Amino acid sequence: MMKDNNVIQVENLSKLFGDFAAVNQISFQVKAGEIFGFLGANGAGKTTAMKMLIGISSPTSGKATVAGFDVYKETESIKKNIGYMSQKFALYDDLTVKENITFFGGIYGLSKKQIDQKRCELVEELGLQEVTKSLVASLPLGWKQKLAFSVSLLHEPKIVFLDEPTGGVDPITRRQFWEMIYKAAHNGTTIFVTTHYMDEAEYCDRVSIMVNGKIEALDTPKKLKEHYKTDTMNHVFLKLARG
Amino acid sequence: MKRFVGFVRKEFYHIFRDKRSLFILFGMPIAQILLFGFAITNEINNVDIGILDQANDVTSKEIINKISASKHFSIVDIIHQESSIESIFKKGKVKAVLQFENNFGNNLIKEKQANVQVLTDATDPNMASTISNYISSILKKYQQELNKNVSVDYQIVPQSRMVYNAELKSVYMFVPGVMTVILMLVSAMMTSISITREKEQGTMEILLVSPLKPFQVIIGKVFPYIFLSVINAVVIVLLSIFVFHVPVNGSLFLLGIESVLFIITSLALGILISTISATQQTAMMISLMGLMLPTILLSGFIFPISSMPLPLQVISNIIPAKWFIIIVKGIMLKGIGIGFVLKETFILLLMTLVFIGVSVKKYKIRLE
Repeated sequence: MMKDNNVIQVENLSKLFGDFAAVNQISFQVKAGEIFGFLGANGAGKTTAMKMLIGISSPTSGKATVAGFDVYKETESIKKNIGYMSQKFALYDDLTVKENITFFGGIYGLSKKQIDQKRCELVEELGLQEVTKSLVASLPLGWKQKLAFSVSLLHEPKIVFLDEPTGGVDPITRRQFWEMIYKAAHNGTTIFVTTHYMDEAEYCDRVSIMVNGKIEALDTPKKLKEHYKTDTMNHVFLKLARG
Repeated sequence: MKRFVGFVRKEFYHIFRDKRSLFILFGMPIAQILLFGFAITNEINNVDIGILDQANDVTSKEIINKISASKHFSIVDIIHQESSIESIFKKGKVKAVLQFENNFGNNLIKEKQANVQVLTDATDPNMASTISNYISSILKKYQQELNKNVSVDYQIVPQSRMVYNAELKSVYMFVPGVMTVILMLVSAMMTSISITREKEQGTMEILLVSPLKPFQVIIGKVFPYIFLSVINAVVIVLLSIFVFHVPVNGSLFLLGIESVLFIITSLALGILISTISATQQTAMMISLMGLMLPTILLSGFIFPISSMPLPLQVISNIIPAKWFIIIVKGIMLKGIGIGFVLKETFILLLMTLVFIGVSVKKYKIRLE
């Protein structure tokens, strides 16, 4: 079903709100195991595009498949095969670490045994042994963010969508967070990430930059910098965004 | 099914870890029913009154004795001139003053007519008219005793009897009302708050991206409140039976079924509110202003609908609580069966379907 190992396949995808094209005929492919950076200023249409890909918003026109499933008709299958973590912190503050893991594992249909096993691995990996019975509210933001990312990977999704996952986190935690992303990608999970931080864009295998609903540039960070004759992604972005 | 159980367990964690929810869920019902049952009452007991007895004869003394013997009044002040009346009213010492004219007893026998003035403090109009009625009835009784041996040619004696609540206990009226308010509060407000909280925290998005279908999310969120509301209804009925001795003349089973129906109506309203409000604050404001006030004021709980101006009477028809109160009063006090509340039941059912229909539509629009 998947062409050339592409887990996300988008062709001329559009979303109109009345006359306004929030997403205007975008096309791109994401390969399995790739870290794909989805960049753009606020209001450029990133979130709208992402919502169509994760199956909670229906496109106006165009074609797209995610993990081999159609975004119009097979949203249920898409949802089973993806993980998602949003810019707002996305675990329950009034539940303990353990309860959060059990809950999210449960809604993805994991068995009790699977959940227990995953939980042990995850707690060990993040070094959360001391706090499994603490409310998530009592954890520092960086820990919460890392935990949320691990929880979004619980059901071993093919693709994980991260919507500005590192907002408000200190640079050291951000660095650690990206190490987790690399590790997940290394294990074969495709990462689709939106971010505001241009230094993070450098960590991606490929980046697309959206301006006013259209994808204006799409390539590896290295090639983009060469093309726009500059040495940081920040300058690339500014050049594009200012037109 | 397993997912559902996990979801509901999570909801219970939310509820039991939030002291505010717990208080609203369990503190409020008990506090309200006790408040309405004991403190807020239309009956008058031990009302302080004053006496100005200008006659000071046998007849006036007898009447005063009768009044002071009644549990409704206690005579706290005997005054001797008319000018003092105003001052004791102003001091707030008494709610009413009884003034006997000069030669009261003589007038009664010779002229066959004697005057006694009942002055009441009408800053509280309901209270004033109740006091005046009570005093009149004591006077009438005394008069009948005097006339026992005298034959009067024509006489109409009204024999009134209060059915379904012979002792005119106001708690009979409050129990159905309080039950309605509580179920509305718990079901509608708590669910709308709990759903909007997920929106505010951003967890709703996560749930919608998960394989759970939107209706599964909503049912998972409201289910615990159905359960808790049923417990509340049971507690209220038990309190009213054992503490206030309100009878349940009809079928408890029917009362239970109708309560569950009303709980579902309120939950549907709560879901509707949550689809139109983005934050917990908004949901709470809409629930309080848009639901609680009409439920208390326009449902016939406190103020009779028949004495409202026409526009308000019309509006009262769209308030679910009105119909539920009719049902509860009917079942508890009149002991009627399902046959007599079919219309009300049907209206509640219809309202529920409309609320759910509108919510589903709104929900879809929001997702687009």
